[in-house]
Amino acid sequence: MVDRTGLVRWFGWLTYRAPAMSNSTKAEAVLALHRFGMGPRPGSIAAIEADPRAALIAELDRPLRLADAASLPSSAKAYRTVADANAKRAARAKQEAKKQQMAAAPVMADGQDASQGNNQTRKPGQTQGQGQGAETAEMAAKKAADAVPDPGRPIYLEEAKVRTEAALAAEIGFAERLVWFWSNHFCISANKIQSMSGAYEREAIRPHVLGRFNDLLQAAESHPAMLFYLDNLGSMGANSIAGINRSRGLNENFAREIMELHTLGVRSGYTQDDVISFANVLTGWTLIPPGNDPERGGEFSFNPRLHEPGGQTVLGKLYDQEGVEQGRAVLRDLAAHPATATHVATKLARHFIAETPPPSLVEQMAKTFRETDGDLKEVAKTMVSAPEAWSEPPSKLKRPGEWVVGMVRATGITQADPTRFTGGQELLGEALWRPPAPKGYPDDEASWIDGVGRRLDIANNFAERVAGQADPQDIIETVFASTVSPEVKQAVNRAESRQQALALLFMSADFQRR
Amino acid sequence: MSFANHLPTRRELLIGSGALFAWSQMPKLARAEGRDPRLLVIILRGALDGLGAVAPVGDPDWISLRGERALVLDGKTPALPLDSFFALNPAMPNLHRLYKSQQALIVHATATPYRERSHFDGQDVLESGIAKPGAIGSGWLNRSLAALESGGRVDPRGSRALGVGAVTPLVVRGSAPVMSWVPQKLLSASEDTQNRLLDLYQHTDPKLAAVLQARMKLASLGGPAGMGDPMSEDPTLMPPGIARVRAYFAEAAGTAARYLARPDGPRVGAMGFVGWDTHIAEGAASGQLFNLLGALDGALASIETNMGEAWHDTVVAVVTEFGRTARINGTEGTDHGTGTVAFLTGGALKGGRVIADWPGLKPAQLFEDRDLKPTTDLRAVLKGLLRDHLRVEDTVLASTVFPDSADVAPMSGLVGSG
Repeated sequence: MVDRTGLVRWFGWLTYRAPAMSNSTKAEAVLALHRFGMGPRPGSIAAIEADPRAALIAELDRPLRLADAASLPSSAKAYRTVADANAKRAARAKQEAKKQQMAAAPVMADGQDASQGNNQTRKPGQTQGQGQGAETAEMAAKKAADAVPDPGRPIYLEEAKVRTEAALAAEIGFAERLVWFWSNHFCISANKIQSMSGAYEREAIRPHVLGRFNDLLQAAESHPAMLFYLDNLGSMGANSIAGINRSRGLNENFAREIMELHTLGVRSGYTQDDVISFANVLTGWTLIPPGNDPERGGEFSFNPRLHEPGGQTVLGKLYDQEGVEQGRAVLRDLAAHPATATHVATKLARHFIAETPPPSLVEQMAKTFRETDGDLKEVAKTMVSAPEAWSEPPSKLKRPGEWVVGMVRATGITQADPTRFTGGQELLGEALWRPPAPKGYPDDEASWIDGVGRRLDIANNFAERVAGQADPQDIIETVFASTVSPEVKQAVNRAESRQQALALLFMSADFQRR
Repeated sequence: MSFANHLPTRRELLIGSGALFAWSQMPKLARAEGRDPRLLVIILRGALDGLGAVAPVGDPDWISLRGERALVLDGKTPALPLDSFFALNPAMPNLHRLYKSQQALIVHATATPYRERSHFDGQDVLESGIAKPGAIGSGWLNRSLAALESGGRVDPRGSRALGVGAVTPLVVRGSAPVMSWVPQKLLSASEDTQNRLLDLYQHTDPKLAAVLQARMKLASLGGPAGMGDPMSEDPTLMPPGIARVRAYFAEAAGTAARYLARPDGPRVGAMGFVGWDTHIAEGAASGQLFNLLGALDGALASIETNMGEAWHDTVVAVVTEFGRTARINGTEGTDHGTGTVAFLTGGALKGGRVIADWPGLKPAQLFEDRDLKPTTDLRAVLKGLLRDHLRVEDTVLASTVFPDSADVAPMSGLVGSG
């Protein structure tokens, strides 16, 4: 579990950070902030050093606030706004194309003199002229469409700002880290459904990360963004009304990913038949088309016309409920399945503690999950209460998002420029709400370590921007309570400029590993 | 990257800059003389090795001091002769040409009043103009502007100085408002920063060290950012290595010059270049320092070009927080020192001279038996420029611009108008 290098580093780390009692609580506070939180910010070590573990638990007991969320549109509203704009774009394009066609008509009929204006090379009778005319018309149509602004990106950026600022403002950020974790576990992609990407997290993930897993699961799987992302909108049973009328059918994607990624975990015993049955169960889970309903378009709806009639057997159990209840019941059982408890516990421990987490820790967390009916707050408490959660060496490389937020927090900055922020995240390979696949962003070091070079460029650039107001010595002494290793202190002391000192500090293993 | 709202975004800076060009601001007294002076201050952060930049080839102790690392007139890359005593680093042919045409001047064995060896504090003293380091919110260039009477149209927004870079250099910060311009391209971390980080990783994290080393190796292969280069997908970053530094210096300095040259543009500006802290493998004749000085030389050339006609009214002052040890250290570099050089160039100068009260290089002549002894207070040079070029009054210079410098007389005769 801990290789030779890891051990050596760990002992070194102990020596550096815990030479005396008072320093060891400071060191534990720093570890708490890096490992479970968003990183130290001015005053945070002092605030929690009396009892870092209790402080983590206390943060879970406080309500999860999201400043300025009231000004953000709901997912359905955001979806309608973008759908309306898209419809407008299409209309403008069609209009312009028609106009061009009318203007071009005389040219076709009498190419000779109409060619004077813009088609110098065209000779009468040549068909190429028509091609060029069509091209011009197409370009004009595209231009007309592009004149309609896309409201999706501003919504995405506003959501990114609110989310990032919540991470910057959190005292420790344990709860925010849980939001990020679960959002990635139940990921969707803004590349496919940008309008809803931020609202999805606010509506389906955030309210449930300290509640029951079943509630989280039900909220995520019935959210329109998820149904859109995993292709369930048009999935229909072969024997459903729509299925018979349109000769179309099932999409297994959604059902498979729920079992493989969201609940049981891959190779946990479900079969292809289970996937098909479950997919049948989920037929009809869709959203209200925005064109049909300007008030409620984009909201979840169960469409009975798409739903495969009759009972379905999933994992050996017959589900014969009517309508949406059938799917709800399967999800409930998946949430309560012991494989789900193990899958979730392993993933949590791997994210927070170590790439190969101690089996004893995983088992304790899984046990809590099983015994509390999937109470995620209790699972999180079990994790931070376990000695293993604190004795593992800081071997995990922070993910880009954590690292960037941590860097900004250390300087005391609390406001985020979402364009820069999302741009930086993208550059570092962890574009916000845009994972490459439903599996979400990975949690292993191998996936991220090669990006360290890019981190250096980001750190260097950020350091340049803040060097005027951020003092590296001051950050070491007050923000990190002088807990960084002597090598880092020395590198900072010897740096040729504040910028370089800050870049070295943020790039140090002390700051990147947790 | 910055994520803070209170830090202006690049777009805001550009908009701000554009809006500011509608005014003109000229020092009144200079204007009355028919001049329209420009002053650009370039800070070399990290402490330039003055002896590696301008070598005292006529000093009998020079060779014994630096051994085979000493720049000499008959070396593999021969130093460029300035007079019978000094020679310029061969990486700076442009500066040499300007020197030959009396448009460049070098002050040697100079330093600010700071006598410790912390970069941060040294830069504070250099830029603030206050003899003691500390939390000071304004710089000497800004304070001298604040004291100047405007001879041009009144600036509706009150802005006068140009700061180049994502962070406005302290030297131009203060009550006289500053406009800023940020180069479009990001300068990736310098080779020096990468080396230091690698050193840190080698002592603390072998895995991270291996990754960084691989990246640096790739960059050292040079050429265009190609396959496998972790940076290649980012259009805002330039090609790796010294080519990137050269391009950045030239772009930043050249653009500053274009702004300063405009009839309705700002008249003073400041910018900083990093990377001069050459502790390891300094390479004055062919390595690190040679490359950096070459990039600086290129920046000076692009300033001259982009200033156009205004070059005749221009002074560029290149200064650094302190010098480096006279002797080479155990890693073929130099450590933090004291006395160093300042480069002055521009059409307004009475150039073609090296100004130095040479202290000598014998052990007893070195400051604390290690650094080139400073014999010229850098403030005298700066005060001379401000007085004779911009026409800032003596009393203002001694009180608000460089407080407690009454006993440091402005150096006369640096500029043609002096």
